[in-house]
Amino acid sequence: MATANATPKVNHIGLPILEYRGGKSTLCAGCGHNAISERIVDAMYEMGVQPERVMKMSGIGCSSKSPAYFLNRAHAFNSVHGRMPSVTTGAVLANRTMTALGVSGDGDSASIGIGQFVHLMRRNLPMIYIIEDNGVYGLTKGQFSATADLGSKLKTGVINELPGIDTCALAIQLGATFVGRSFSGDKKQLLSMLKAAIAHRGTVMLDVISPCVTFNDHEGSTKSYKFLQENDEPINEIGFVASFDDIEVDYDSGQVYDVEMHDGSNLRLRKLLEDYDPTDKANAVRTLMEAQEKEEILTGVFYIDTQKETFIDQLNMVDEPLATLPQSLTRPPKSALDSLMANLQ
Amino acid sequence: MATGNLALGQEQGQLSAHPRVTNDFSINVATVNGSGSQSANSVLLKSIFGMGVPVSGKNLFPSNIAGLPTWYIIRASKDGYVARKRESEVLVALNPDTAREDALAMPVGGVAIYEEKLDLKQYRDDLVFYPVPFDKITAAVCPEAKLRKLVKNMVYVGVAAQILRIDLGLVESGLRKQFAKKQKVFELNFGAVKAGFDYAEATFTKQDPYFIERMDETKGKIIIDGNAACGMGAVFAGVTVVAWYPITPSTSVVEATTDLLKKFRVTPEGKATFAVVQAEDELAAIGMVLGAGWAGARSMTATSGPGISLMAEFTGLGYYAELPGVIFDVQRTGPATGMPTRTQQSDLLSVAFLSHGDTKHPVLLPGSVAECFEFGCVAFDLAERLQTPVFVLSDLDLGMNNWMSDPFVYPEKPEDRGKVLTKEDLDRLGGFARYRDVDGDAIGWRTLPGTDHPKAAYFTRGSGHNDAAGYTEKPDEYQEVMERLTRKFESARKLVPGPIAVKDGTSKIGFIAYGTTDFALRESMDQIKKEYGTDVDYMRVRAYPFAHEIHDFVASHERVYVVEQNRDGQLASLLKLDLAGDQVVKLRSILHYSGLPVDARTLTEEFATKEGL
Repeated sequence: MATANATPKVNHIGLPILEYRGGKSTLCAGCGHNAISERIVDAMYEMGVQPERVMKMSGIGCSSKSPAYFLNRAHAFNSVHGRMPSVTTGAVLANRTMTALGVSGDGDSASIGIGQFVHLMRRNLPMIYIIEDNGVYGLTKGQFSATADLGSKLKTGVINELPGIDTCALAIQLGATFVGRSFSGDKKQLLSMLKAAIAHRGTVMLDVISPCVTFNDHEGSTKSYKFLQENDEPINEIGFVASFDDIEVDYDSGQVYDVEMHDGSNLRLRKLLEDYDPTDKANAVRTLMEAQEKEEILTGVFYIDTQKETFIDQLNMVDEPLATLPQSLTRPPKSALDSLMANLQ
Repeated sequence: MATGNLALGQEQGQLSAHPRVTNDFSINVATVNGSGSQSANSVLLKSIFGMGVPVSGKNLFPSNIAGLPTWYIIRASKDGYVARKRESEVLVALNPDTAREDALAMPVGGVAIYEEKLDLKQYRDDLVFYPVPFDKITAAVCPEAKLRKLVKNMVYVGVAAQILRIDLGLVESGLRKQFAKKQKVFELNFGAVKAGFDYAEATFTKQDPYFIERMDETKGKIIIDGNAACGMGAVFAGVTVVAWYPITPSTSVVEATTDLLKKFRVTPEGKATFAVVQAEDELAAIGMVLGAGWAGARSMTATSGPGISLMAEFTGLGYYAELPGVIFDVQRTGPATGMPTRTQQSDLLSVAFLSHGDTKHPVLLPGSVAECFEFGCVAFDLAERLQTPVFVLSDLDLGMNNWMSDPFVYPEKPEDRGKVLTKEDLDRLGGFARYRDVDGDAIGWRTLPGTDHPKAAYFTRGSGHNDAAGYTEKPDEYQEVMERLTRKFESARKLVPGPIAVKDGTSKIGFIAYGTTDFALRESMDQIKKEYGTDVDYMRVRAYPFAHEIHDFVASHERVYVVEQNRDGQLASLLKLDLAGDQVVKLRSILHYSGLPVDARTLTEEFATKEGL
């Protein structure tokens, strides 16, 4: 038991984990989303991210409520169903110095929001995009979403006749530069992945399978705790060493794949699937498509590219946030208007 | 029909049947879309302008890339009337497909300059005919066959200049300006103008009464289209984030904005102080605008009717979550796809109340290119001051046509960035409630993401919230926010541009109009005075919510005609919602919604009928 004058443990910017917490969750007890919120808290704390430097973005749905349950000290924007990508794009353009963390769901991203999802991935906008993926609509009481697997069964006995959209394969094909899948129940894997996501510059797309205890956790579901525990097949084991950790990384070219991240951190992917190369785009997509055919659930970091230009780079913007540029930089002088007028006479 | 009197063959106003008409007629250039006539029309317009004669140009074009008929109408008006006129006295007929209908639409005694092969004389004989072998003349001055289609347009400029006595020197200097850095292109084009001019001089004796003569009415004025003016306004407002999806007729708003941003808003280090994103659709465009506005940027989009419909859901979020953003709506003819290249004022109601639930939005209504600039600029101040989406409602006629104007006035007032709390403010206050009315103007204080203070953050949501931005489903908390939003709209009423009493005399009858209807209405008022001896007062509305002067104007007249370009009387409807019950009955509508810009004669006739004159 802690004594009254014990100093709470703090991270490398001097904040205790308490400062990363959010409000009390109003989701169902046991909902996978709550575990994801906890991992976000852990990752932000461990990475020493200043909470005020984060923008929490979401759409509509159970998943999209979750930004209220972590990082109370960060601005949050719970927007419109399926439209979190555009709102985030605008916000990041207004202030490129912020870390944007978007939380969406499978309905929010793969059904109503697939158009914005697709175009966000194309742009490689610097942000972390998390899909809390449970294959069903919770708030409207358990209809299939577009990520539900072919043949999976609803509580009512209805069988899904359509193939699920693999958001990871899609994201890789379209241009996201850090794509992975995890399971809300795999604390270690998810935490490492989130920490690496924070260190990445570009679009990170993480599909986190997150069982819905109320509508999709029964026999016949392919997104239940039991099914995931039995069928989760990691393709790599993720080790992450942050730049400030001051740990010498011992590069080992045989069984591991080392990635130097934008901020100097190291991401180590220990190969579990033979010869899997996470920088080979075509192979990544093929691996995912084959897994879908074999009804396997692969997890891990499928694809990473630390070199690709981001949308911000392409726009060649000033380093300062556009939002707070002074008028001297945003309003051209009177002489500019005078010359335009003279030219129109 | 008798024609003899029309072909007198004498110059200098000796036409007894048709007295000389100076600086008061329209020229209709009928060509084919995609034939490159735009430069020719523009130089013709600017030459007349250069002679000091008030002039306006209207492009009536199809929704098509190439091949369908298009008309460019240049109106010279010594009295300064710039609205469309029903008839054009001078026709330049180059399109075989419409030649017959174009010729038949002309007033008796009109002038037809036309490709001789079209043989317009077969349709009627009461015009003055100037047949021209355009292809032959073009071939002689343009050896390169593939350029002839373009160069041919310059030949009619030359012919028209000679016949109407337009100063060839001004045509030359206009072309020089247009092709500033391309001497060869200039030479080729001016060669064609000259060839047309020489041909007309050698071949025709002037038989018509139409003349352009020098005046001094355009000195110091500029010519610009409304979309370019809106873009210019946005750039001088300091816009930083632009997100859009191409749609006729608004596309050139963003094109103009982008050009000016590249010109004036790049740092010496070569970095942009702006971001322009062509979004995947209008939903994404408005989403980006609101996301950027939330994070503190001055953001905008430009669209037209179908895009407005797509932006509905987000606009409601903008209203309820109180997010700034500027939306330029260049109205076109609806409903549905409608007629994308024709004009109308039919988005007013949908824009004012865009989205489900109780929503209403400030709408600025520019009535000139100068106001496109001014409101384009001021909209950003209002959006940030009021923390809400603000619409600038232009239309195709204003947006895509050329208008004369006094030079735009530089915005001397500093940018109003609205109520934003800084870290220092929060240190002093210890915290804040995002949606609390602490100043009595119903506008709360906000913080921007990234404000370095543990109490800076708040949760933005479209779901029910209380004044501290917390989620709520409590009836009183919900209602408190909604009531404050109503009061905020009352604050907007005092901040938006007020109406202009164009004529506020002693008449019992009043007109109310907005936007491009103004041009035709002013001319119609002169017609009504001249032809019926009736004076009518007139108030031009410049924004919604309506300022109290508008209520007073209605109260002080027995009956008020609301003149607008849509079928359902949308401005009248909006006024009726705002006016007291005993005032509502005073309103009646004069409507025009064919897709063509309204003309004065139509309004005069409609008024006379309704008044029993």
